[in-house]
Amino acid sequence: MAVAAALLVAGCAAQDPAVTRDVFDPHEAENRRMHEFNRGFDRVLVRPVSKGYTTAVPDDIETRVVRLAENLSLPADIVNNILQLNMRGAFRDTGRLLVNTTVGIGGLWDPASEMGMAAPTNTDFGETLYVWGAREGAYIELPVLGPSTTRHTFGIFFDLFTNPLTYVVESPENLVGTVAGVASGLSRRERFSETIDQILYESEDSYALSRSIYLQNRRFKLGGTAGEGYTDPYDRFGGTIAQEGPDDE
Amino acid sequence: MTSEPTRRFVTTAGLAALGLAVRPAPARALTEARARALVEGVVQDINRVIASGRSLGRMISEFERIFARYADVSIIARSTLGPAARRASAAQLRAYTEAFRSYVARKYGKRFNEFKGGRIEVRGVREVKSWHEVRSTAYLPGQSPFEVSFLVSDRSGRDRFFDLVIEGISMRITERTEIGAMLDRRNGDIDALIADLRSAG
Repeated sequence: MAVAAALLVAGCAAQDPAVTRDVFDPHEAENRRMHEFNRGFDRVLVRPVSKGYTTAVPDDIETRVVRLAENLSLPADIVNNILQLNMRGAFRDTGRLLVNTTVGIGGLWDPASEMGMAAPTNTDFGETLYVWGAREGAYIELPVLGPSTTRHTFGIFFDLFTNPLTYVVESPENLVGTVAGVASGLSRRERFSETIDQILYESEDSYALSRSIYLQNRRFKLGGTAGEGYTDPYDRFGGTIAQEGPDDE
Repeated sequence: MTSEPTRRFVTTAGLAALGLAVRPAPARALTEARARALVEGVVQDINRVIASGRSLGRMISEFERIFARYADVSIIARSTLGPAARRASAAQLRAYTEAFRSYVARKYGKRFNEFKGGRIEVRGVREVKSWHEVRSTAYLPGQSPFEVSFLVSDRSGRDRFFDLVIEGISMRITERTEIGAMLDRRNGDIDALIADLRSAG
């Protein structure tokens, strides 16, 4: 695994010719086709099913399912924190896992947050690769999962192995995590329905918009500080016309 | 299909229309205290609108008024136009800026109901390159708190905010993508863009 990971880091690095530009999207044509597929998939399946699911299932049960999925994702997060040498994050997530699994009855409740414990790190192997120095790679739109990058996509693949639950839990039971994950995805689709609809269906170029939003947010999550790669608009656009009169009252 | 903070973005970009309190700018450079005071003024206004419980239409116009007053709408608008801003005439830029302002108010203002029962708290200020970043946290009911940053500058001659960044997603850069797409679809025709922007959002 370590060897594979090392090769992978090298692989990611090799695929990325330029460092930190805005968008590196050499597979744009394929990505756009995939985006159209994803949009159709959302329109005919995810969106209506999420509406049906959230209408049919009582809110309280929906929340339990979301909590359960979050709790089940913690073991993999802890592994990734350790791989990132983020021991503080590993401890925090471990504390949360212990409290929510015991007091929160298998994670159906979230006493950790109610007690004011630190927020979960919500990390992934893509972030681990980032910490290890792998470059972002190309932008990729994945089937069903949506926006990603080369690095993030490798991360998603490797996260199939970083989740300790897959080794500990027997075959039919380990489906619980998957099912809870899908169900909580449906809950989120509905909760943020207006936002997602605005991006996917009201934009004149939903592909470019979701790419831009994904990359900005992903880079922010991976510790991109404000200002890095961001230019002052006054340098480029200030003073090209005379300042208009005051438009305040 | 999109990550959670992404969704929050458009939700929260509702705040985009809310800006910095305008004070008569003293000659000296923008200080952290001033940047912070301005954003605190804006946040107060935002919180007041959120709490007002007015109709959506009223909120949208409230929103536009605050955006026009506290944000440097003209630099935001011009930068979303990208390179096309250079070939636009002064009259086109004026018309575009106005259309952009109401477009932003409609697009983000109509999401305002999602903020009901929520609030924003200013956390701190830091100097970044040539501007100040005022960081705040938004608390919306039923959601984990998330980070909202106001980028403040006095380079227009006044203290104004020129961008609003939610969980790393810049409203200015995001709208630049959208406006760029609209412009491309109209073969770079700025007048057509302006006309359609008046009814978009």
